[in-house]
Amino acid sequence: MRSILPILTVLLAIVGIWYLAAIWMNATWVRDQAARDGREVAFSELVVETLGQERPVLPAPHQVAKGLYDGLFGQKVTSKRSLVYHAWVTLSATLLGFAFGSAAGILLAVGIVYNRAMDLSVMPWAIASQTIPILAIAPMIIVVLNSLGVTGIVPKAIISAYLSFFPVVVGMVKGLRSPDAMQLDLLRTWNASDVQSFAKLRLPASMPYLFASLKVGVAASLVGTIVGELPTGAVAGLGSRLLSGSYYGQTVQIWAALFAAAILAASLVALIGWAERLTLKRMGLAR
Amino acid sequence: MTDAKPKAVIEARGLDLVFQTADGPVQALRDVNLSIGKGEFVSFIGPSGCGKTTFLRCIAALEHPTGGSLTVNGMTPDEARRSRAYGYVFQAAGLYPWRSIAGNIRLPLEIMGFSREEQDRRVREVLQLVELDNFGKKFPWQLSGGMQQRASIARALAFDADILLMDEPFGALDEIVRDRLNEELLKLWARTGKTIGFVTHSIPEAVYLSTKIVVMSPRPGRITDVIDSPLPRERPLDIRDSREFIEISHRVREGLRAGHGDEV
Repeated sequence: MRSILPILTVLLAIVGIWYLAAIWMNATWVRDQAARDGREVAFSELVVETLGQERPVLPAPHQVAKGLYDGLFGQKVTSKRSLVYHAWVTLSATLLGFAFGSAAGILLAVGIVYNRAMDLSVMPWAIASQTIPILAIAPMIIVVLNSLGVTGIVPKAIISAYLSFFPVVVGMVKGLRSPDAMQLDLLRTWNASDVQSFAKLRLPASMPYLFASLKVGVAASLVGTIVGELPTGAVAGLGSRLLSGSYYGQTVQIWAALFAAAILAASLVALIGWAERLTLKRMGLAR
Repeated sequence: MTDAKPKAVIEARGLDLVFQTADGPVQALRDVNLSIGKGEFVSFIGPSGCGKTTFLRCIAALEHPTGGSLTVNGMTPDEARRSRAYGYVFQAAGLYPWRSIAGNIRLPLEIMGFSREEQDRRVREVLQLVELDNFGKKFPWQLSGGMQQRASIARALAFDADILLMDEPFGALDEIVRDRLNEELLKLWARTGKTIGFVTHSIPEAVYLSTKIVVMSPRPGRITDVIDSPLPRERPLDIRDSREFIEISHRVREGLRAGHGDEV
């Protein structure tokens, strides 16, 4: 509880800076309007007007909060204006992609650890795959899959999986290799099979690494889904809210969607953190 | 060969081991001849790099000699490993942090496919043997270093192999704990009648424990002296002040010095 004060201080500072930035960045428009109308603006008027614009350059925190609240609670959840609806569209593709991505990551890691040829051949490609900007490759995946008749959630999930498998591969390879030579020698003296040494030693030893990379992976999954939603013509999802917001200059809408995405990512990471604590505690690994 | 002598459990003849390293070949063992009888307690002593650990690892088929012959129970080391002829204890206890002490001891039994009841029985038995009866449910981090090492010895004993190979098992422990574990190890050896191969840096430890002390020297790793201990099997700790004990210690020290004489 002693940490609550510093946390609040930082939060307050951020909000304060945000308000100042909003006043400063939106002031130009207010002054232009006033000049056109031939009136003078006092400082107090300037503050009020900069913080209440319909399409501000930078919306003030209370505007974003209101936009977020309206989006989450002010609409029927089935409405196309509801952030709950859009968040669900994004979430479902994220979860599917994350499941694909982590499963692929874990399988690849097992292959890399147990097969020398895979060790030498897969890792460079996995690294290369992550150096390609996702923004460049996402539209191609969508278009190619579309021409094959695959539409809807799957193309987005694939892009999401494309981003999330990598941290899982890296983390799991490290985790599966974490037992030291002595541990492996010991298993050899017991004449343990590869399957046994995997199940009894390597897999349990990799758990802390797995959860760390799942946390990174799920956040990457969400980013992948949102990027995947951009080239679909802005039909649904948080990505489409961002895109349509920028088409029509609806900055409040953009910021509300951004915050919705951030809240979603934080919840997913927290959920994995919770599963991590539970698992490691059951394994006796938590301190 | 004649069978006049009792059959050796471990028999090395002209054993050579050359490691191929980036800096060229390194002779880790040269012409090692040694025969270990059933129920003997054999210590290997020598400075770092003398090949004592390497020799133990050869017996365990964790390294493969490049020359000579080595048999364990009349089999090749690999066959002996597959028939689970020995338990191995390393310097670190190497207990799995996610398993309780009982779970750790159960591990080799699970791997070897013992039935659940048999596992329970054996775990109980060896926990008693190393005097950890009430610690089965504890996790490794809840135990002291000495207790962890006892648990790892129990783990090596659980599947009842008749050879116990120990690579500096008490090397990381303080002197007082070490003395106690030495005493306990002797009792355990007396009760179980196992053949023990024991690697150590410590002269008193080697002399106190062994029926046979093998003195080794480095570059290339070789045996410089083999001392059959005249000490009785029953050994209280204060035997270390006896004249015989001091004499053997002296001979070991001489052997170690001689091994170092032809270099440095």
